[in-house]
Amino acid sequence: MDLDFTAAEDAFRAEARAWLTAHVPAVPLPSLETAEGFAAHREWERTLFADRWSVVSWPEEYGGRSAPILRWLIFEEEYYAAGAPGRVSQNGINLLAPTLFEHGTDEQRARVLPSMASGEVIWAQAWSEPESGSDLASLRSTAVRTDGGWLLSGQKTWSSRAAFADRAFGLFRSDPETGRPHQGLTYLMFPLDAAGVTVRPIGRLDGKPAFAELFLDEVFVPDEDVIGAPGQGWRVAMSTAGNERGLTLRSPGRFTAAAERLTGLWRDGADPSDTALRDRVADAVVAARAYRLFTYANASRIAAGESIGAESSLNKVFWSELDIALHETALDVLGPYGELSDEATEAPAHGSWAEGHTFSLAGPIYAGTNEIQRDIIAERLLGLPKGRR
Amino acid sequence: MRFLLDDEQREFARSLDAMLTASDTPGAVRAWAAGDTTPGRALWSRLAEAGVFALAVPEPYDGLGPLPVELAVAFTELGRHAVPGPLVETVAAAALLDRLGDQDAAAAWLPRIAAGKAVVSLCVPAVGSPYALDPDATDAVLVVAGDTLLLTEESGPVQPSADPARRLARPLGGTVLARGPEVAAAAAHAADVAALVTAAQALGLGRALLDRTVAYVKQRTQFGVAIGSFQAVKHRLADTLIALEFAQPLLHSAALALTGPDGPSAGREIAAAKVAAGDAAYAAARAALQLHGAVGYTDELDLSLWIRKARPLREAWGTPAACRARVLTP
Ligand SMILES: Cc1cc2nc3c(=O)[nH]c(=O)nc-3n(C[C@H](O)[C@H](O)[C@H](O)COP(=O)(O)OP(=O)(O)OC[C@H]3O[C@@H](n4cnc5c(N)ncnc54)[C@H](O)[C@@H]3O)c2cc1C
Repeated sequence: MDLDFTAAEDAFRAEARAWLTAHVPAVPLPSLETAEGFAAHREWERTLFADRWSVVSWPEEYGGRSAPILRWLIFEEEYYAAGAPGRVSQNGINLLAPTLFEHGTDEQRARVLPSMASGEVIWAQAWSEPESGSDLASLRSTAVRTDGGWLLSGQKTWSSRAAFADRAFGLFRSDPETGRPHQGLTYLMFPLDAAGVTVRPIGRLDGKPAFAELFLDEVFVPDEDVIGAPGQGWRVAMSTAGNERGLTLRSPGRFTAAAERLTGLWRDGADPSDTALRDRVADAVVAARAYRLFTYANASRIAAGESIGAESSLNKVFWSELDIALHETALDVLGPYGELSDEATEAPAHGSWAEGHTFSLAGPIYAGTNEIQRDIIAERLLGLPKGRR
Repeated sequence: MRFLLDDEQREFARSLDAMLTASDTPGAVRAWAAGDTTPGRALWSRLAEAGVFALAVPEPYDGLGPLPVELAVAFTELGRHAVPGPLVETVAAAALLDRLGDQDAAAAWLPRIAAGKAVVSLCVPAVGSPYALDPDATDAVLVVAGDTLLLTEESGPVQPSADPARRLARPLGGTVLARGPEVAAAAAHAADVAALVTAAQALGLGRALLDRTVAYVKQRTQFGVAIGSFQAVKHRLADTLIALEFAQPLLHSAALALTGPDGPSAGREIAAAKVAAGDAAYAAARAALQLHGAVGYTDELDLSLWIRKARPLREAWGTPAACRARVLTP
């Protein structure tokens, strides 16, 4: 057992750090949940891609570096430590791409992945529906067979960044006759500017159009945009869900960097006699460290050929609660300045704590609510009996 | 990088677990609490045969160590079985005597510790508690007062702990074994070792509490169904598992840090492991008690032996507040 990096891994870290030092914007970009910020973040994706830093774990033919998971973790640590911008392409990179690697065709990969890696096409996830949140398999949007493809109809909602994105991927009921909710679903990709699509942005808590609802009225999708076999959509989707909750959606680097910044903030400004606050800072630091080490252990497990299953639910609950703890504690350390929104010109650290706090509050809801994750942990990892759900 | 226990370490844990499962440790715990140390000492000898104490003793003194990772593995199993006695203190005393640079003292004690023939308590009031653990059941009590190391023979009356198997008493007087800055340095290192293995014990204790509670809620029925099918019960146990799972890598990396040179980062890592494992174990005890209902609140069920240890382990060798302060020390 060790935590040592090889010379090659250290060199990779140094290369990433040097590149980031030279390229990370000196002034933070505007919030990616605004039109202006979205465009600026898209531009940043292009910059990353130009030097093959946007998708380091992908094969080289699609613009990556074929980096194994440990190097990806190293890159992410450097990325967030450098204060680099949030990733506007994350839905595509973390959710659609793994699905295409596992279930897509060569043609789909060649067509979809490079423009995703460069930020030219930004993807939105269209899974949830107004009546289908946690009980996703109850979804009702339909895909009806037509000449050479499918016609999509229905309503999707809470689709992150769909207000500004280019394309979306999601699940549709293609065979309503099966009588079983998990069967007869098909996984498809579609353009958000196609005839029959209406996008209505929805303001999140702070009013920014961070997600949108999609109204679909007989939107044509060719057969080549079906992922996996028609009718097998649930199975395809579930491999993506594991990615979302597990390692790839929230890398530890993000939290260790935030814990570092929190420690600095606390050292610079907090009342040293407030030991209750000190304890919360320490707990956030300990949890960020635990998350990093837990991920290293998982990376070791994956390198040894094991796979991560329901364990990804442990991660999901942990990182989402850690993210809130980090940001709440930071706002408390800021005292009266903690109230300022990220749009206040005097908001500390360009409002990144405020915006981060708003974002963190959604963590226990998206990617499968923490209640559902706790059910999965109890039933699949502890072997407790299934209850009504 | 391979941040996982290797096969040998896992096998070591499995064999200790099997040995302790077959040893009626609850009986030994109850006897120890009542002042009868015979079964506990018999267990101690078996642990020594399995090599547990040799892990803290260097090779020149008949040991295998120091091997902090293996010690953490072993103490997780000792905690899982709630083994009584000054186990932590004995390995910490070994660490202290090893670091002291006094060959006579090392030669006098370390081979006996490795062989399980010497049960030693250690008291470092500056970082721990003013009480020695189990002084009436030991072959020696070492006390560190500033830069002086004392061997004491006498102690005050036993002050009952929340965990009756922990017998606490104030050491009284003693003869000087060593004096000087090397005592303070060796004591600081010993206290780190003690904190690490206490954290390991807490983690094992928490895992045992969770295992027992999971088994219980699967078979206890109310309202016509197993109580383990209720979501409030499930979620509490899921949270218990999460806390334990994320404490474990902190423990392992703290042990790795102790294999390198001592420094502030090792201290921070040990403190982080101690605070996480201590809190996780205490939360596991609270969940175990709650989900067993009134039967969990009795001292008749063996579960109580585990529940009552959770709080003392959280305080011993570094209180939560002290650990949290240390985590943030630059
Ligand atoms: C910021 C954000 C971004 C999102 N982005 C996307 C996206 O890009 N694409 C997309 O498709 N979706 C997205 N979502 C939607 C998200 O996936 C859903 O919100 C989530 O699945 C929960 O569904 P719901 O909101 O309908 O809540 P509901 O399912 O109605 O749940 C409401 C509450 O009831 C609880 N609950 C429900 N069932 C149970 C049960 N069996 N046991 C215990 N508690 C239960 C839930 O845990 C929750 O607390 C996003 C959500 C947010 C907040």
